[in-house]
Amino acid sequence: MLWGVLQFPGSCDERDALHACGLAGEARLVWHEDRDLGGADAIVIPGGFSYGDYLRAGAIARFSPAMESVAELAAGGGPVLGICNGFQVLCEAGLLPGALLLNDDLRFVCRQVELAAHGDPPPPGGASARSRFLAGIEPAERLSIPVKHGEGRYWAPEGMLDEIEANGQVAFRYTAGQNPNGSARDIAGVLNEAGNVLGLMPHPEHAVDALTGSTDGLRLFEGAARSPA
Amino acid sequence: MARVRVLIRPKEGILDPQGKAVERALPALGFERIEHVRVGRMVELEAEDADRVPELCEKLLANPLIEDFEIESMDE
Repeated sequence: MLWGVLQFPGSCDERDALHACGLAGEARLVWHEDRDLGGADAIVIPGGFSYGDYLRAGAIARFSPAMESVAELAAGGGPVLGICNGFQVLCEAGLLPGALLLNDDLRFVCRQVELAAHGDPPPPGGASARSRFLAGIEPAERLSIPVKHGEGRYWAPEGMLDEIEANGQVAFRYTAGQNPNGSARDIAGVLNEAGNVLGLMPHPEHAVDALTGSTDGLRLFEGAARSPA
Repeated sequence: MARVRVLIRPKEGILDPQGKAVERALPALGFERIEHVRVGRMVELEAEDADRVPELCEKLLANPLIEDFEIESMDE
C-alpha cells in the first residue's frame, strides 16, 4: 500500500508519520499545494500547527489544493487518517462530525493515555466494525498511545453525539480517569459513517517502536495496509 | 469598499476556558462581581460586495457548529 503524508507549512509530525507508514507499506510526502496525491492509496494528515493554526486550528488547511483531493479519495472509500491537527482539519473540512476546542484546563497536555477501541461497550456492527484502521483490534481492547495537544477537547451537540455513538463512529475512547482535555463522552477518536475516515487526538505514529514505550499505534497502520479495500 | 467588522464568540453553553481564566483573575485585581466573561475574536475587513460577508463567515471566519457571529458595518 502506498501512503501519502500531507505536509502543510507548520506541520511537525510528518516525519514520524512517514516512518510509521513505512512500516506498513511505502510512504511519501504530499505538499499541501499539490492537487496530485501521487497515486497514494491512503492519506495521513499529520499533527502540528498547519498555517500557524491561525483563525482556528485546521480552518485554513482545509482549503488547500491537496485537501480537495483528499476529500475525493475519502468519498471513494479510501482510508484517510487525521492525527491531532489532522483531526482538527478533517472536522473543519466536514469530513468528520464535531469540533475540537481548547483543553478544559487550558494546559497543553503531553503524556501516555489508555484508550478503549471501538468504544466500550461497542455497538454491534457500525462504522468501527467496518473501519480498516481498526481491523484486527478487538472491541474494548486497550491501547497505550501518547497525546500532546492544547486544543483536543472533542465537542459536538448532544444529538450529534447520540448519533455518532449509535452509528458506531466512536473509534477510541479515553478509559476511566484518562480523559486529558474534557472531551465529550471521553471521545478520543471518531470515524465517518462509512468508517474509512478516522480522526484522533492521540498520536499512533509516536507509538510504533518498543524503544518509546508502546507499539500499539502501529496496529492502526498495519490494519489499514493489510485489510482488503 | 464597505468596511465591516465581524464579532465571533463561542456558542452559549459551550465551556469557554479562556473566559473562565480571565474571570478568575479579576478579583485579585480588585474587580469584584464580574461574571460570564466570554472570549471571542474580532475580524475587520473591507469588501466590495458586503452581501457576501455572511457566506464568508459561515465558510471560514466562524465555525457555525461551535461559534456565533455578528456582522457590523463600520461605515457611518
